[in-house]
Amino acid sequence: MSRLSLWQQFIYYYVHNGSYVLEQFNRTFLISIYGVLFAAIIGIPVGIFISRNGHLGDFVVEIANFIQTIPSLALLSIVMIGLGLGVMTVIVTVTLYSLLPIIKNTYTGMSNVNKNVIDSGKGMGMTKLQLLYMVRLPLSMSVIIAGLKNALVIAIGITSIGSFVGAGGLGDIIIRGTNATNGSAIILAGALPTALMAILADVILNFLQKILQPKGLKKAN
Amino acid sequence: MVEKVPAVEFRDVSKIYPKMKNAAVKHISFKIEKGDFCCLIGTSGSGKTTLMRMINRMNSVTKGEVLVDGKNVKSFNPVNLRRHIGYVIQNNGLMPHMTIRENIILVPKLLKWPKDKLAGEAQKLIKMAELPESYLDRYPTELSGGQQQRIGVVRALAANQNLILMDEPFGALDPITRESLQNLIQNLQVRLGKTIVFVTHDMDEALKLATKVVVLHDGQLIQVGTPDQILHHPANDYVKSLIGEERLSEAKYETVKVKNVMLTNPTKIDLGASLTDALTMMKEHRVDTLLVVDNGDHLKGYISIDDLQRNYPKASSVSDILITKLGTVGPEEYLRDNFSRIMSRNKSYIPVTDSDKKLVGIVTRASLVNVVYEKIWGDKSRLQNTSEKEAK
Ligand SMILES: Nc1ncnc2c1ncn2[C@@H]1O[C@H](COP(=O)(O)OP(=O)(O)OP(=O)(O)O)[C@@H](O)[C@H]1O
Ligand SMILES: [Mg+2]
Repeated sequence: MSRLSLWQQFIYYYVHNGSYVLEQFNRTFLISIYGVLFAAIIGIPVGIFISRNGHLGDFVVEIANFIQTIPSLALLSIVMIGLGLGVMTVIVTVTLYSLLPIIKNTYTGMSNVNKNVIDSGKGMGMTKLQLLYMVRLPLSMSVIIAGLKNALVIAIGITSIGSFVGAGGLGDIIIRGTNATNGSAIILAGALPTALMAILADVILNFLQKILQPKGLKKAN
Repeated sequence: MVEKVPAVEFRDVSKIYPKMKNAAVKHISFKIEKGDFCCLIGTSGSGKTTLMRMINRMNSVTKGEVLVDGKNVKSFNPVNLRRHIGYVIQNNGLMPHMTIRENIILVPKLLKWPKDKLAGEAQKLIKMAELPESYLDRYPTELSGGQQQRIGVVRALAANQNLILMDEPFGALDPITRESLQNLIQNLQVRLGKTIVFVTHDMDEALKLATKVVVLHDGQLIQVGTPDQILHHPANDYVKSLIGEERLSEAKYETVKVKNVMLTNPTKIDLGASLTDALTMMKEHRVDTLLVVDNGDHLKGYISIDDLQRNYPKASSVSDILITKLGTVGPEEYLRDNFSRIMSRNKSYIPVTDSDKKLVGIVTRASLVNVVYEKIWGDKSRLQNTSEKEAK
């Protein structure tokens, strides 16, 4: 096997372990998605809530910022102390990391909605809830999605590292490669799909962001 | 008889914004009757918006009471109240992410009108705004500023609200567009019988549109009145400066009354006096005619030196040569309405009589000259001013 070129080895690995790679790909993807989803479930309402209160908003963003500055491996280890080895630890870590871009973007998007438009909605007799889903959310949707996109790309990176705490995923393949002698091809076999996934996530969410951008606003720019 | 309930009433209303020391509006009381076109006018920061937004509870009332249809606004559910009061916000406030159609029918939709009624309403309103129906599917940014403001105005009419608040709806528009929008809203108001509260800082606009003008300054109520009252009896210099010199002097000329220019000591003679007395009086006062009154000062006619000379030996009393045919004017009549009548008579003056036919004065041709002089002189100085400005 060592006679083969790197590229040939790479193909060889895929031919023989194709379904395994696919399985790990799915796993990484799902872990990242779950992490971001939980972060969104927490972060979007928090962002909406703090957008009504400037001081609280700054404080919360400050906390999220602080979490972000902890190196991912350190945070993983800290969470592991609490939750032990396994997939939950990675999902929680991803969630923690995703909070910042999601909260920050929701907060920014919400507070940047034209005050005049909100005032006019209120003046026409919208309830707070109607104001939220008819005016404030649609008008900050693209900024919020940009936050989700950032979160997802970060999440994929963290999930790969997460294999160290036994969560599996594409990171597992990379770790195998590093343990094997002459494992470059195996490392590549794990790293390439990881990179591809991050790029795809970015492209797909960019597209989504464009679709969900309210029509009336596109022409304005 | 049922007493008429005003559409809006302010009772000693003050507003202090949170964390502010000074009140934004102070002790304001006045009424807006149903069908009124009420203009709130004042310089920037005088509290117009603040005052108006208390009507639909967009601002809370710190002190006093605001009543809508005779009921304290605090007794209404704010959301419901706002849905039943049209509101055109300062700078139009159209929803940028909604089409014109969605924008127009927003309030009816909030009120859960049936779908088919909504479609009809959108078409009715776009017609009212004098814009083509195809615009319904455009977005606000695809309309010009003036067109957006038209939509903003008709949007406030969408749910058949009887009371409509407009906060400088025609700000920042060229004069021609502005005028066409003013006509639009005036027509709608007259035709549909709405009550409109209209904020502006343009006195011309207020005087043109309003049936009632409310002048605010520094949060205080300065004057409430019809445009005529404001124009002719401005309460103080602030109101005068809002009206502007030009408009004021024009109004002054427009409203000069006969009593303002008449001479109050006409040479008159008693009906029973002798012709000798008459002649003496004419000589003394250097006049060729005398007005004749009875002992109650009622004007009976006049005598002239002509007739006196011709009839002197035969007649002896003033009443013998009295000419009763003569035109008079009342002291409360406007000079502008009688100007040509006075000037065209070949007599040099016209007697002024009150409602009892009592002689109270005369208007001479000379006094008219003064009025004309003042007007033209005023015009001239204004012309000079403008040409000086242009020269600079
Ligand atoms: N939300 C607010 N908080 C604190 N002060 C306010 C607020 N809104 C207005 N004010 C103050 O209240 C005063 C009256 O403001 P208001 O907006 O009613 O003026 P306005 O007559 O509508 O002026 P403009 O013609 O510029 O719109 C101003 O001194 C303003 O600074
Ligand atoms: Mg204002």
